Amino acid sequence: MRAGLLTARGGGMLALAAVIALLPLALANNYFYDVAILVGLNAIVCIGLNLLIGYAGQISLGHAGFFGLGAYGSAILTARFGWPPLAALAAATTGVALLAWLVGRPILRLRGHYLAMATLGMGVIISIVLSNEDELTGGPDGMSVPPLSLFGHALSGEKAWYWLVGALLLLAVWLSLNLIESPGGRALRALHGSETAAEVVGIDSVRQKVMVFVLSAVFAALAGGLTAHYSGFITPGRASFLHSIELVTMVVFGGMASTFGAVVGAAVLTMLPQLLAVLKDYEMVVFGAVMMLTLIFLPKGFVPTLAARFAPRERK
Amino acid sequence: MSLLRAEALSKEFGGVLAVQALQFEIPAQGVYSIIGPNGAGKTTLLNLLTGLYRPSAGHIWFDGRELTGRAPHHYAAAGVGRTFQNLQIFFNMSALENVMVGRYLHERCSLAAALLRFPSLARAERACRAEALELLEFVGLGKYARAASDGMPYGALKRLEIARALAARPKLLLLDEPAAGLNPTETQEIVRLIQRLAARGVAVVLVEHNMKLVMGVSDRVLVLDYGRKLAEGSAESVRRDPKVIEAYLGREAQAHA
Amino acid sequence: MSPQLLQYLLSGLTAGSIYALVALGFSIIYNSSNVINFAQGEFVMIGGMATVSLIKVGLPLPLAAALAIAATTLVGLALEKFAVERVRGESVVTLIIITIGASILLRGLASLVWDKNLHPLPAFSGDRPIAIGGATIVPQSLWVIGVTLAAVAALRWFFNSTLHGKAMLATSHNRLAAQLMGISVRRVLLVSFGLSAALGALAGILIAPITFTAWDVGVMLGLKGFAAAILGGLGSGPGAVLGGLALGLLEALSAGYVSSAYKDVIAFGIMLAVLILMPGGLVGHRSVERV
Repeated sequence: MRAGLLTARGGGMLALAAVIALLPLALANNYFYDVAILVGLNAIVCIGLNLLIGYAGQISLGHAGFFGLGAYGSAILTARFGWPPLAALAAATTGVALLAWLVGRPILRLRGHYLAMATLGMGVIISIVLSNEDELTGGPDGMSVPPLSLFGHALSGEKAWYWLVGALLLLAVWLSLNLIESPGGRALRALHGSETAAEVVGIDSVRQKVMVFVLSAVFAALAGGLTAHYSGFITPGRASFLHSIELVTMVVFGGMASTFGAVVGAAVLTMLPQLLAVLKDYEMVVFGAVMMLTLIFLPKGFVPTLAARFAPRERK
Repeated sequence: MSLLRAEALSKEFGGVLAVQALQFEIPAQGVYSIIGPNGAGKTTLLNLLTGLYRPSAGHIWFDGRELTGRAPHHYAAAGVGRTFQNLQIFFNMSALENVMVGRYLHERCSLAAALLRFPSLARAERACRAEALELLEFVGLGKYARAASDGMPYGALKRLEIARALAARPKLLLLDEPAAGLNPTETQEIVRLIQRLAARGVAVVLVEHNMKLVMGVSDRVLVLDYGRKLAEGSAESVRRDPKVIEAYLGREAQAHA
Repeated sequence: MSPQLLQYLLSGLTAGSIYALVALGFSIIYNSSNVINFAQGEFVMIGGMATVSLIKVGLPLPLAAALAIAATTLVGLALEKFAVERVRGESVVTLIIITIGASILLRGLASLVWDKNLHPLPAFSGDRPIAIGGATIVPQSLWVIGVTLAAVAALRWFFNSTLHGKAMLATSHNRLAAQLMGISVRRVLLVSFGLSAALGALAGILIAPITFTAWDVGVMLGLKGFAAAILGGLGSGPGAVLGGLALGLLEALSAGYVSSAYKDVIAFGIMLAVLILMPGGLVGHRSVERV
C-alpha cells in the first residue's frame, strides 16, 4: 500500500494540477468560477480537518469556529482598524493558531464523545460571541469586508481569485501529503492505530494531537479569512454548528485518511446545494440523507472505497 | 549497578491492591523474569514500569533518574520498551511501518522539515527504513517486510511487537507473555530470540507463565503472589524456595484434587 | 428571599426540568448503546409540532399530545432500526455523524411538513399567572415541573422494579453478561430509543405553551440537554436530572444577574469546564482502560 501511495501522490497531485489548470475551459461564466472558488476554499479546510479526523483519529465538531474567527479576525482588522489585508490575514491566522493551542491542550486529553462535545461547545461559544459582539462584528447581520490587496492592487474578479485559490489548494495538498509521509505522520497514524502502544514507543500523544489540531485550525482560519475577503461579506453563520457539521461531512464522505478524498468530499458537498438550488427547500433533507447513506453504505468514504475496488492489494 | 529500582511500589484500584509494597532491583544485564499465578499483578506491574499506570504509592528509579508518575513517553525516552500481552499492533500500517514507528524517538524532525520535505528528511527516512528491515530480519520476520500487518499470523505479530520495541533502542525491554498462545516450536524461537537480545546487551524483563521457559532462560526471578513479593533471587534459588513451591504446588495440588 | 431571586429560581427550575427530560433521553440511549443521539432535540421538536398540527385538526389537547408522543416514539424506533443498528460496530466518529445526519434530515422534513413559523400551544390549565412570594409563575410552569417529577419517578420505578427496566440496566452495565442471561440487546436498544423519543416529545409538549415551538427548536434544546447530561455525568439517570436542574438554575441566575445575551454561552461554558476538569460529571465516575 505504501508503494501505491507514492505513485498516488505524484499522480494525484499532477491530476489535481491538471484539473485546476484546465477547468476554466469548462467554466462558462462567473457563477461557475464562484462555485469552483468555494470548492477550493472548503477543500483547504477539509484537508486540514482530514489530518485531524482521518489520520489522527480525533474529531472536531467546532472547526467552523476557527473558520469564522479567521474570517472575522481579518475582516475586523482591515475594516475597523485599517490594516493591510495580507497582514490582517496573517495576524488572524496566527491568533487562531494560538487559541487552538491554548484550547487544544486541555481538550485533547479527552477522547471519543467527550472530545466531540468539547469541540462542539467551543465552536458554539465562538459563534455566539461573534453574533453578540455587534459593535465589533456587526452582529447577526454580519459585516462587509474590504477586498484582498496584494502590494496595493486589489484582487478582484473571479478569475484572479480562482488562480489564487487553486495555487493555495495545491500547496495545502502538498503540505498535507508531506506531513503524512513524515515520521510525524507515522506517529499520527500510530496514535490512531493504538494510542497505548504509541505512547509506549515514545510518542507524546497529547502533543501530537495538539499539533494536528493547531495545524488544521490554521488551514481553517486561512480559508475563512480568504473567504471573507473574496465574498466581501461575512456573517456569524459561517462559524455555526451547522457549518462545522458540513465540514465534517465533507471529510467523512470523501474518505477519512485520504487527502484527495477530502478534496473530493469538499467538491461534491459544496456543489450539491448549488445543484439543488432549484430544490432549495429540500436542501436539508438531501444533506441529512447523504450523510446517513454514506455512513451506512460507504463507511470508509467515497475515495477509499473506490481505491479499494480498483487498486491492487499488496499481499505477501 | 541496577538499571531499574522499585521502592515500596503499590497500585490500588478502587480498594483492591493489585500491587503492594514491591521492592526490587533489575540489573542492567541479563534476563529478569517476573512470575506468579494469574491475578498476581504481573501486568499491572509492567504497566507501572512503563508509566501507563500511576503508582498509588512508592517510587521508580530508572538509570539513576526518578520516573515515578511520569507519562509513558517519558519512560520510553529514558529507555524502557515493552510488548503487550494483548497485541497492540498498529493494524492500520504495514509491518515495516510498525517497526519504523518504533524509531520515533530517534528521528525527531521538526514540523517545518516534515511539511516542507527537507532533503535531510529523505535521507533520514531511508536510514530508518534500512534499520527497520534489519530489525525485522533479527526477529526472523524478514519475509514480512512488505506485508500489511493485519494479514500476519499471531506468532509473527508477537515478534513484530518485539521488533518495534527494539527499534527504540531500549536499555530495558519488558516482554509481557511473549510465548502465550505459541506452539512449542515457536516458543523455542522466542527463547532463542531472548538469548540473542540479552547477548546484544539489552536488559530483558520477562513476564511468563511457562515455567520451563522462565527457568531455562532467566538469570534472576521475581515471584509475585497477590501483588506482593514472594521471593526474589537466582532461578535455582527461587525454584527451591519453599514459599514458592507452596504457592505453586499447593495451588496445583488443589487444582488437581 | 428577594422576589427577583425567586423569579429567577422558578424560571430556572422550569427550564431545568425540560433540560432534565432531554438529558434523561440522552443518558438512556447512551447507556444501552454508547451512542450520543444528536437527534434527541428533534424528538422534542416533533412532539410539540405534531401536537400543534393535531389540535389544528380538531383533536382535544390530551389526545393530540398522546398521539404526538406515540408518533415521536415511532420516529425514535425507526431511527434505531434503520440507522443506528446498521452502523453499530463503527467508530465513534461514524456513530456521531449518523445521528447528526438524522437530526438534519428530521429538521429538513419538519420544515417541509410544517413551516418555519413559531407556533403556540394552548396552556394545559390556562394562562393566569400565579403569585408566589412576590414572584409570578404561569400555571404551565407548574405543569412542567410537576410532570417532570412524575416522569422521573415513573422511570425510577421502571428501571428498579420491573423486569424490563432491570434488563435494560443490566445491559448498560455489561452487555455480554446481559446477552448470556438471555436479554435481547437489540430489543433493549429499540426500547431505549423509543423511550427517549417519548421523553423528548413530552418535554416538547410541556414547554411549547411557554416558549412556542417551531421546526428548529430542537437544535438548542438538544445541545443544552446534552450539556446537562454531561454536567450530571453521562449515563447516569440521577445525574441527568441533577444536571438538567442545575443547568437551568445556573442559566437563569446568570441571565438575570450577569447578561442575558450570553445566556446560551453559560450552558456550553459549563459543559466545557466539566469536560476539562471533571469528565465524570457530578455523579459519574471515570473508567479505567485495561491494557
